Amino acid sequence: MPSQRPHPERWFAFVGTTLICIAFLFPLFWMLSTSLKRNDQTMEDPPRYIPNHIDWHHTAGGLVLPIPENYWAVITHDKMDFPLYTRNTVMIAVLSIIGTVLSSSLAAYGFSKIKFKGRNAMFALMLGTMMIPFPVLMVSLFSIFRWMGDHTPIQMLGTLRPLWLPAWFGSAFNIFLLRQFYITIPDELSEAARIDGCSELGIWWRVILPLSKPALMVVALFTFMAAWNNFFGALIYVQHRDQYTLSLGLQVFQSAHGGTEWNLLMAASLLILSPVLVLFFVTQRTFIEGIATTGMKG
Amino acid sequence: MTRTDARQLGKGLAFVSPWLVGFLLFMLLPIVLSFYYSLCDYTLLQPPLFVGLENYRDLVHDPIFWQSLGNTLYFAALTIPSALFLSLGLAMLLNVKMPGQAIFRTIIFLPSLMPIVASAMVWMWIFNGKIGLLNNLLSKIGVSGPDWLGSSTWTMPALALMSLWGVGYTVVIYLAGLQDVPRELYEAAQIDGAGLWSRLWNVTLPILSPVIFFNLVMSIIGVLQVFDIPYIMTPNGGQGRSTEFIAMYLNDNAFRFLKMGYASAIAWIMLLIILVLTGLAFWSSKRWVHYQGK
Repeated sequence: MPSQRPHPERWFAFVGTTLICIAFLFPLFWMLSTSLKRNDQTMEDPPRYIPNHIDWHHTAGGLVLPIPENYWAVITHDKMDFPLYTRNTVMIAVLSIIGTVLSSSLAAYGFSKIKFKGRNAMFALMLGTMMIPFPVLMVSLFSIFRWMGDHTPIQMLGTLRPLWLPAWFGSAFNIFLLRQFYITIPDELSEAARIDGCSELGIWWRVILPLSKPALMVVALFTFMAAWNNFFGALIYVQHRDQYTLSLGLQVFQSAHGGTEWNLLMAASLLILSPVLVLFFVTQRTFIEGIATTGMKG
Repeated sequence: MTRTDARQLGKGLAFVSPWLVGFLLFMLLPIVLSFYYSLCDYTLLQPPLFVGLENYRDLVHDPIFWQSLGNTLYFAALTIPSALFLSLGLAMLLNVKMPGQAIFRTIIFLPSLMPIVASAMVWMWIFNGKIGLLNNLLSKIGVSGPDWLGSSTWTMPALALMSLWGVGYTVVIYLAGLQDVPRELYEAAQIDGAGLWSRLWNVTLPILSPVIFFNLVMSIIGVLQVFDIPYIMTPNGGQGRSTEFIAMYLNDNAFRFLKMGYASAIAWIMLLIILVLTGLAFWSSKRWVHYQGK
């Protein structure tokens, strides 16, 4: 609004926003605070908001490492193979990102730069598939994956593949996002390349992909978050302990031993959360713009 | 069809083929199969046996199914309107020019990025009946709080409260929508003497209505599939099955009791409910959604 005078409304808004933000931040703060406490300190009454003392990890050789003892305990816990779960989760995330970026951008190119019969109907169908809930598909997917294991050389169940292979077939959400970006790239660019004798695949690779780095970044970020946070998929398709992801591993650990060592549970949660936090702070702008685009289709 | 048309079609299909193959294999085939399974007795261990509508007939007489459906709708009623008001309100607050605006936006958005398991852990800790922080704070003002996650009355509100924590994603979408409100409209309204509420009601909300509609549809689709939070926080459906959601019951039938046919019938009912509710939303949208320039 145009007026430059300080408004009382504006101060009211400032105070209100500050209070709400404190409330929103509080669970994260409490997580951090609990994760640094000894177990007996977590049950203190009144609760101590800021731990008065942090136990750092002491090595057998008497060296003090800059890792709080609880975090060390989580990483080396014998009931929860944290390094292995991390490796599994990273692998799923990386393969999902590569697969989604390649397949979704190929499809988005087809939906935006090549005019063919039935394109619009197919695009509408694709948008419609976003409404299909995963629980509706999961039972049949399970039996399809089982069938593949029995009748084809591709083993699905008992491997991590169900969690990343579908990403190589594009995802409606990301194709939509990329297509919205591609239609803003002038067709003259691809036409010029076509006249120069460039193949469609060449245009996609040499003209469109380099121009769409910001959009691809958004897709990669969303895919990473989805893969890193995926719990339901892992719960259904993962069958052996050595294929647990971080989310599944933490949940299984909590339901088997938890409800007691809250400091360790909070330390583990924070460890799982940390890559997401770091990535968010590094790429904040890309992220926000990406979400803003998706809401605009109305 | 001319030769160029055919060539274009070939090229186009080649490019969209990753999606097309994925759609056929991981979407269409499972949907068709799941409809077939829903008409079968299927335990995974033996091939499906056609039984007609028996699964659907059993569902009608299954009290747990009705309870899980009721719970899901109750959760929807608790969360969809409150999330709508909260996210709209927050977006408008965060749109006011003030010191620290960027930091405030980050803070509100942050929780929506949390891995669901991690946020479930911290809320289980906060909601803990004996030593949780919430009850400790309540006791300070003389209220003895319930065992939030072990009470058939209080678990659902607790889960709803927790889910509101993740409202930031929607706030970002509304914030983007607010940037689209033409300044001239506010100025014109102000000249006409419109107050804060009148501007909100007659300018902001109509212009935001397509975005509100988009979020409404997404939250209807989302809320019917809720699984992770109740599964992690209230294993076995909570006290007296008060937090047994329809997706949890589906999952139990499929992977605990190996009743794949029955689970598929639940899946189809879920799909139908989503279609009906989204259809209703689209139908009602003619009355309240305004598209700019159309």
